[in-house]
Amino acid sequence: MTSEVAIRIDGVSHAFGEEGEAHHVRALRDTSLDIFRGELLCLIGPSGCGKSTLLNIIGGLLAPTTGTVHVSGKRVDGPTPREIAFVFQENALFPWNTVFENVDLGMLFQGVPRAQRAARAWRALETVGLKDFAQHYPGQLSGGMRQRAALARALSLETEILLMDEPFGALDEQTRMILGEDLSVLLANTNKTIAFVTHSLGEATFLADRVAVFSARPGTIKEIITIDEPHPRKPDFVTSEKFTKIRNRLYGLLHDEVRQTMAQTMGSTP
Amino acid sequence: MKAATDQHQGGRQALASHAVQVCFLLVLIVLWFLATNRWGVNRLLLPDPVAVFWELWDILKSGEFVGDLRITLTELAAAFAISATSGVTAGYLVSRSQYRIRVFEPLFAGIYSIPIILFLPLYVLFFGLGPASKIALGATISFFPIVLSTIAGFGTVDKLLVTAARSMGASDYQLFRHVLLPAAFPVVLTGMRMGFTVALLSIIGSETIASLAGLGHRIVHLAEAMEMPRMFAYIAFVVAIAAILNLIISRLEARGRRRP
Repeated sequence: MTSEVAIRIDGVSHAFGEEGEAHHVRALRDTSLDIFRGELLCLIGPSGCGKSTLLNIIGGLLAPTTGTVHVSGKRVDGPTPREIAFVFQENALFPWNTVFENVDLGMLFQGVPRAQRAARAWRALETVGLKDFAQHYPGQLSGGMRQRAALARALSLETEILLMDEPFGALDEQTRMILGEDLSVLLANTNKTIAFVTHSLGEATFLADRVAVFSARPGTIKEIITIDEPHPRKPDFVTSEKFTKIRNRLYGLLHDEVRQTMAQTMGSTP
Repeated sequence: MKAATDQHQGGRQALASHAVQVCFLLVLIVLWFLATNRWGVNRLLLPDPVAVFWELWDILKSGEFVGDLRITLTELAAAFAISATSGVTAGYLVSRSQYRIRVFEPLFAGIYSIPIILFLPLYVLFFGLGPASKIALGATISFFPIVLSTIAGFGTVDKLLVTAARSMGASDYQLFRHVLLPAAFPVVLTGMRMGFTVALLSIIGSETIASLAGLGHRIVHLAEAMEMPRMFAYIAFVVAIAAILNLIISRLEARGRRRP
């Protein structure tokens, strides 16, 4: 992690639908944040607080209602596949293509010359440990393996920035633990900038260099917590007192916001 | 058997059900034979199966069927070519906007549910007694299942896959070729199979009502001449042709599904 800014988010708000319409929802309000080169930043908050929306705005998949995002100094106004690769919640692999074809197709979309694609695909599959499953279809793999494949597709794009939207959200606890450890190793080796949306306090504490805690909808960043622990993080970090302390602090910050969100969705005034 | 593998059992089950199907047909033919030769059913209503078999033999040997078959198949090919191209094109264009889906999908589904064959007199008036009216009717009737399944196929592509492709920089053409088309293909194919079947049904059906030639025309002509064994032989021939065509189209569909 350096102090060089990779992503600058400046006064970003977002609302779905036009003002006055029935389905008008303010998802994100006046959010500013700098994400530094080489860090892993976790976005955590109650559901509907706009953390996935922010990720989509950074990636140029959504245009903010107000405010600007700059990636590597350039203003974002559409997808920037050369700078940013996404890993989505789940099942964003093309089911009619094999794992290898999925990785290859991502590079085709990005514009990688054919001659380089095969070698890069094999390298990415080796990194995530899926080399032996290259010719399998996504439907033949477990959820954890599918997410590894999705990660391989993102890695093969060789972007400096990875945006991960609850990538392990649908997986069981053990699988996400292992994938989290592998991601920490990967981060230490590649020096990528990663923004990672999660619901899991443990996952955020284990993976993040900094955690941005969101308030209830319309969300904005309530507090940023720095976790000063080098990557790759060891499994015994999880059992350390430091881990527990940070996790508890996050829990305290999040608890009130989650309560407020629950009250909102149940129809009563907070 | 416990030792048998799943595949083995599957094969055995398929064989067993085929055997039952063949037995069922054999029983029908035996009943037919008994009805005409033992139970004294009027030969004008139901001819002797043996006589029908020899008539069929004569039809095949003389090649008398070629002219009618060619006309019916030409009508079918033309009707299906028109409905497949127009149905897939219209369906794709409709599927590109939620608004157009909301407007046109119920409209097409509504028209599909009315018996379009009722318009045959109108079609004959417009296009004459020849093949043109059969082609137009067959194309109209088979247009609807094709357009409806094309709308369904392209209209329900998983949004996440489209977003993922866009985020990786897919162009419009790449999005169509690598995401929309493979996602929609199996559903469109099913619509094409259904369209093909209804085109065949409506073409032969309309030939029996108002026509100058074709297999349906031949059957009605024989009925009017009271040549029952020969009429039954032609019916058997049409059934066989329809079965073969359906088998071919189902095979093509299965192959298309396997590898988009």
